[in-house]
Amino acid sequence: MPPSIDIDATLAYLADELRPHLKRNPIMIGVHSGGAWIATRLHRALALPDPLGTLDISFYRDDFTRVGVNPTVKTSNLPVNIEDRHVILVDDVLHTGRTVRAALNEIFDYGRPASVLLAVLICRDGRELPIQADLVGHSIQLNPNEHIKLLGPEPLALKVQEVGG
Amino acid sequence: MIANDLQFDGHGRLRHLLTIEGIPRQTLLDILNTAESFISVGEREIKKLPLLRGKTAVNLFFEHSTRTRTTFEIAAKRLSADVINVNTTASSTSKGETLLDTVRNLEAMHTDLFVVRHGESGAAHLIARHVPAHVRIINAGDGRHAHPTQALLDMFTIRQYKGPFEQLRVAIVGDILHSRVARSQIHALSTLGAAEVRVIAPKTLLPLCVERLGVHPYSDMRAGLDGVDVVMMLRLQRERMRGALIPSEQEYFNLFGLTPAMLACAKPDAIVMHPGPMNRGLEIDSAVADGPRSVILPQVTNGIAVRMAIMAILMGGSAAPPEGRATP
Repeated sequence: MPPSIDIDATLAYLADELRPHLKRNPIMIGVHSGGAWIATRLHRALALPDPLGTLDISFYRDDFTRVGVNPTVKTSNLPVNIEDRHVILVDDVLHTGRTVRAALNEIFDYGRPASVLLAVLICRDGRELPIQADLVGHSIQLNPNEHIKLLGPEPLALKVQEVGG
Repeated sequence: MIANDLQFDGHGRLRHLLTIEGIPRQTLLDILNTAESFISVGEREIKKLPLLRGKTAVNLFFEHSTRTRTTFEIAAKRLSADVINVNTTASSTSKGETLLDTVRNLEAMHTDLFVVRHGESGAAHLIARHVPAHVRIINAGDGRHAHPTQALLDMFTIRQYKGPFEQLRVAIVGDILHSRVARSQIHALSTLGAAEVRVIAPKTLLPLCVERLGVHPYSDMRAGLDGVDVVMMLRLQRERMRGALIPSEQEYFNLFGLTPAMLACAKPDAIVMHPGPMNRGLEIDSAVADGPRSVILPQVTNGIAVRMAIMAILMGGSAAPPEGRATP
């Protein structure tokens, strides 16, 4: 089912849904890496005046003491002061909600945004925290042992894989 | 000294940082790359990451130090650890308590990380051998043996200013004999594949058979500096010297002090480093120390990010292995 999702059409839909928010002059932040790819497309489609921000939430993960540091961690890059700004937070897949929790924590270490709106390409079941997206490209149901992953950055493609074990 | 069975756990993960010797190139690069991503934290509004929240780090210093202890303290605090400073030159050891007694007492307070500086070589190893499995040890300098975090921040700074090690000729100048910094630098540079490492010192301040470490010794400073990309100065450790190893401080400065005229022998874009504290007018001239090619203060700034990286790598994965799936 998921491979049949038309990513370009979904991105166009998300961009349309975000357009009414532009009057608040929002800044966009993508979560590394899939969310940043999606955000790059949306940022371009909406022609936002401020540069795109990216977050690598590795240092905010709640399983750090179990899994340790990933040496390929990228630097978070928020080129704009987020204080009192409206933020559109973009991720590829909303699953447990833990990534978004970590991203929100990191955002607040940079300042106090006026609001945060969450836009995701795919929303799947399996939430472990009370976190929901404001804008969803597609909602899907997967088996607990299935994982949906965005491949990219060019071309973007969705892949469902079985989680080992 | 065989340290790797102490330094690494059964899965090849770094557990303690005791010496650079024996650490594979990729692990050194992982530390430098992780440090890279910590650099920006120091430029943020809120200079904090939650990685070590709830952990307790003890700076256990048996030797006086301001800069090293401070940068370890800032690094641990930026990672949200609680930090205790214990300067034992004036504490329990003077009451006859042994090193391990001191450590066991601090351990009984449920500490997670010890940063140890001690005047005796091997002190950090001894502690690492006796702590429970979840406790981590970082050697912040032991006797003449090793100072691995200093060498790593030096490597970070070299890479930042000069790029890949394979192209670089590096000269280490000064009191090689007494220097744990030099020993760690030499191991790091050769593991990372520097094109050439030279050591420049009067013969009395060079260890016997220093060539065995893979370095080229020079006792003529001008010849040694010829064509190098990086000049790493060492502090002349007057407090460790017994007997007449240098004729006089003035003569030492004339022959081995880094003056603008001496520096002219190196490549025109060579950088100058010093681990501090500097003896101005003894091993380095102020005109060089404060000059445009000095990266001595960036070394200090980088020291925080590098120590954050080391702490994060050692402490990460210190809990029981993960059960079930990782969180996406």
